Amino acid sequence: MRREAALNAAILVALIAVPAWAHLSDEPFTITLATRAVILALAAVGLNIALGIGGMVSFGHAVYFGIGGYAMGILASHAQSYTPMELFGLSIEGTKSMLVIWLVAVVLSALAALVIGLLSLRTSGVYFIMITLAFGQMFFFFSISWAAYGGEDGLSIYVRNGFPGLNTLVPIQYFGLCLAILLVVLWFNARLARSPFGLALNAARQSPARAETVGLNPMRLRLVAFVISGAITGLAGALFADLNRFVSPTMFSWQLSGEITVLIIIGGVGRLMGPVAGAVVFVALEHLLGGLTEFWHIYLGAALLLVVLFARGGLVGLIAGRPGGGGGGHG
Amino acid sequence: MADAVLSTHGITKRFGAVTASEDVSLELRPGEIHAVIGPNGAGKSTLIAQICGGLRPDAGRVELLGRDVTGLATPERARLGLGRTFQVSALAMEDTVLQNALLGALGASGRVWRFLGAALGDRALRAQAEEALGRVGLAEHAAMRVSELGHGQRRLLEVAIALTLQPKAFVMDEPMAGLGADGSKRMTAFLDGLRAEAPILLVEHDMDAVFALADRISVLVYGRVIATGTVAEIRASAAVREAYLGEEA
Repeated sequence: MRREAALNAAILVALIAVPAWAHLSDEPFTITLATRAVILALAAVGLNIALGIGGMVSFGHAVYFGIGGYAMGILASHAQSYTPMELFGLSIEGTKSMLVIWLVAVVLSALAALVIGLLSLRTSGVYFIMITLAFGQMFFFFSISWAAYGGEDGLSIYVRNGFPGLNTLVPIQYFGLCLAILLVVLWFNARLARSPFGLALNAARQSPARAETVGLNPMRLRLVAFVISGAITGLAGALFADLNRFVSPTMFSWQLSGEITVLIIIGGVGRLMGPVAGAVVFVALEHLLGGLTEFWHIYLGAALLLVVLFARGGLVGLIAGRPGGGGGGHG
Repeated sequence: MADAVLSTHGITKRFGAVTASEDVSLELRPGEIHAVIGPNGAGKSTLIAQICGGLRPDAGRVELLGRDVTGLATPERARLGLGRTFQVSALAMEDTVLQNALLGALGASGRVWRFLGAALGDRALRAQAEEALGRVGLAEHAAMRVSELGHGQRRLLEVAIALTLQPKAFVMDEPMAGLGADGSKRMTAFLDGLRAEAPILLVEHDMDAVFALADRISVLVYGRVIATGTVAEIRASAAVREAYLGEEA
């Protein structure tokens, strides 16, 4: 428990120190990398609530990431072309305000998670993985054929969206904004894991029969967790699209679902900072090895193999040991 | 009888050609321990599943406190006051003993949709959980992880969780299983006192425990109740001897 707290603090300090150093030594690209890590971490924190606490192996979380991305892309593209969006006879103005975009991203991805969850949570195991994957592919192919918003080529946004009081185009400011969101969500995640809901969800994963016998409905618990999970990943999608000022069907791809899953496994499934540790390692490998060889995924695969074979609790588990008993097992 | 706490009325369940329950009518009256015995494959587990809500009978109905609960799912029956323990312990193994007991209190309270406050910080729930642990003698193990508990202690935790529900009726599936002579004796003493709180439908293989505890016994063979009566009546029944006790002796 102690060691995990120290490790968590070290990861957070590194997340602040590296971009601060990069800012002082004028290395904006490093800040962009750190921002990328923070946003991927946020997406994975979302998935980790479903996967780690709830035990739902969703292989389609790119759906929510993509919905967040397209929420940003569509709203901002209408704003930059000064043409309102026509929807069911309603005329909706686009927007360049991040706050509005985030709200739309969160609400839409939560709704999608509700519908997908209602349909797929009837299944479990491999069938659940397959059905979530299938939903992911549906969204992917839909976005490819959606010519109004760039189809296969995606959508470019010229200027990053605005946030009151910040110049989001300055890398360190956008990084700070993303980090602040990640911290708030991590705080929420930590509280959630210890809350009555977290206790029940955690128990429903370990023994559904037990949960039912004390009057709890495992399906309802999982569905609510799935919606929260999707909403967080959706928010990450909006931030990711804004980081790149570009959104494309890749955000809906199964590879992206896989990457979010992989970085949780590398970091530590169900551990609070697992997704963050995983995202940092993932982005570092991607950058360092990606510069050496096009086939860097081979090394990522090797790292994943090592973790699965020798460090089942991921990096956090390797360093901090088993989770402490005091906090729903996820402290 | 109107005053039965829990009753089944002609429940029947078939799996293809196999009839697991045939026209089973049982009742659990206030203050009693009603034991259900029968050889392996007699349909005891199927019967429990239908009483607790895991299986829907093909015909017949289940009543709890005079209310037809046949169409209700397991969680709803639990909230109405059915406390169940499992034959094979079903516990959150990674969690602590206290967290498991707290889960029972939480389920009973229905206040599960709280996302921010700490579950362990809820004094009312915690008091309820700690009291139940104290009653079965697990208080000093509260902070232990369930995976580190011995088998006998897990059986006790099963009972403690059921206690946190403050149920109107208990359904216990082989609470003595794997307990050994000593543990079995202690569990027997505990259940003996518990019946005054809420009646117990006890499915058990341990005949010493059954004969020591039961006010009435029902004998299940091939899905049918072949006899119901007091310990003396069951011991004396020729049909029971032939179908069941004879095999054991």
